[in-house]
Amino acid sequence: MTTPFYVSPEQLMKDRADYARKGIARGRSVVVLQYADGIAFVAENPSQALHKISEIYDRVAFAAVGRYNEFENLRIAGVRLADLRGYSYDRADVTGRGLANAYAQTLGTIFSSGGEKPYEVEIFVAEVGTGREHDQIYRLTYDGSVADEQGFAAMGGSVEPVTTYLKEHYEPDLAFDQAVQLAAAALGHDEQQPRTLKAEALEVAVLDRTRSQPRKFKRIGSERIAGLFATSA
Amino acid sequence: MATDPRGTGRLPDSFLTPGSSSFAEFIGEQAPELLPGRRTPPTTAVTNEAPHGTTIVAATFEGGVLMAGDRRATMGNVIAQRDIEKVYPADELSCVGIAGTAGLAVEMVRLFQVELEHYEKIEGITLSVDGKANRLAALLRGNLPMAMQGLAVVPLFAGYDEPRGGGRIFSYDVTGGRYEETAFHAVGSGSVFARGSLKKLYRDDLTARECAMAVVQALYDAADDDSATGGPDLTRRIFPVVSMVTADGYTRFADAEVGEIADEVVAGRMRRPDGPAAQLS
Repeated sequence: MTTPFYVSPEQLMKDRADYARKGIARGRSVVVLQYADGIAFVAENPSQALHKISEIYDRVAFAAVGRYNEFENLRIAGVRLADLRGYSYDRADVTGRGLANAYAQTLGTIFSSGGEKPYEVEIFVAEVGTGREHDQIYRLTYDGSVADEQGFAAMGGSVEPVTTYLKEHYEPDLAFDQAVQLAAAALGHDEQQPRTLKAEALEVAVLDRTRSQPRKFKRIGSERIAGLFATSA
Repeated sequence: MATDPRGTGRLPDSFLTPGSSSFAEFIGEQAPELLPGRRTPPTTAVTNEAPHGTTIVAATFEGGVLMAGDRRATMGNVIAQRDIEKVYPADELSCVGIAGTAGLAVEMVRLFQVELEHYEKIEGITLSVDGKANRLAALLRGNLPMAMQGLAVVPLFAGYDEPRGGGRIFSYDVTGGRYEETAFHAVGSGSVFARGSLKKLYRDDLTARECAMAVVQALYDAADDDSATGGPDLTRRIFPVVSMVTADGYTRFADAEVGEIADEVVAGRMRRPDGPAAQLS
């Protein structure tokens, strides 16, 4: 009979966290920032079809980094939850906070249960309000922790230099063009040598509170993005 | 609700399982009590106990399609509501009008709206106009047992077809039969009169505003001969809902604008109560 090998709970959790963190750091970053008319999401994503940023509901959007199949599952679950809640109660009853809670519980339980491998994902859930002070940005990590972000935030890839760049250059109430230019510059500062990102490698979407329809989410087309960089150069 | 039965607040496994892009199919598995078609129909036929919506007309014009509905709901001889809305946006490029049992019809429209939006969000693209029309037929099919007990829902669907660059109209029967209509169509109790009226008024070179005038005329004729259809209410300033769908999306005519059109129609009827005369040959 063999004696089971003892692993302390601290070590077990640390191993799982390292495993998840490594997976998340492999990809590229995503930046979210508040601008004058709402919340902008900017991701470095060469694919036009596999999105990192998506609409969840009228005022709620989602961005993710890490393993595609895992965050795609979470995204679909979020759309299902939001649509089911909005259908059985009312559209106004679907909130970013409720969704962030459901994601936090899900990620937290998966992380601490022995049976499943931890998800290698980090998620932003953002809800645009009627004014800047009512905007909400939540950042969720692989272990289910939730952070309430103000102004700007980044996740995935080499997150520290990107965040530092944002901290140095971010100002509240930027116009849309400047906000996207700042985010793209920040995404380019993820290595020793700053890179200039090509417009076609960017995925940009906004929650625009000035949009007249109830659905505030809007994907920004590649032509419009290319236009932003042509004028700034 | 909609969280884990184990009480952890975690998303249930069924939410995280890849599956259908249809919201109706999803709630059919998760919360079947929310699907209108899953309810037990009443054992005896319902006649005057539930409000009924009446006439809806739709007509195409160059670059889009227009839909209008009167504002009356009836319960037998009683006017149940005089300002009910029976034309709704289905998504940004289509609209749906409802005749029949108002409660079930409004619920079906809500489900249809979520169905289209859900597909769009999950798949990242919108359904084709034919796809949308077929989804509505499928929802309607689930309501057949109710229809057999007198609780029928008869929708009219219109959408802008981007690849073709024009508006399209679809009508339905209670069994979920789906029929594409050309140029114009009407459903509901006053539809026979509205259709007769549009036959004489409709031309395919009408502008959006002229087309709005034609459908308001048609609704006036429906109200003239059908007691369940409401005409323009000049004292309360309640006018038909007129909406259009073009390449720019769904827009509802402002009340002031429909009021103007209705005033013009009524002024014309003061001179000639039967409305504009068509040429004999």
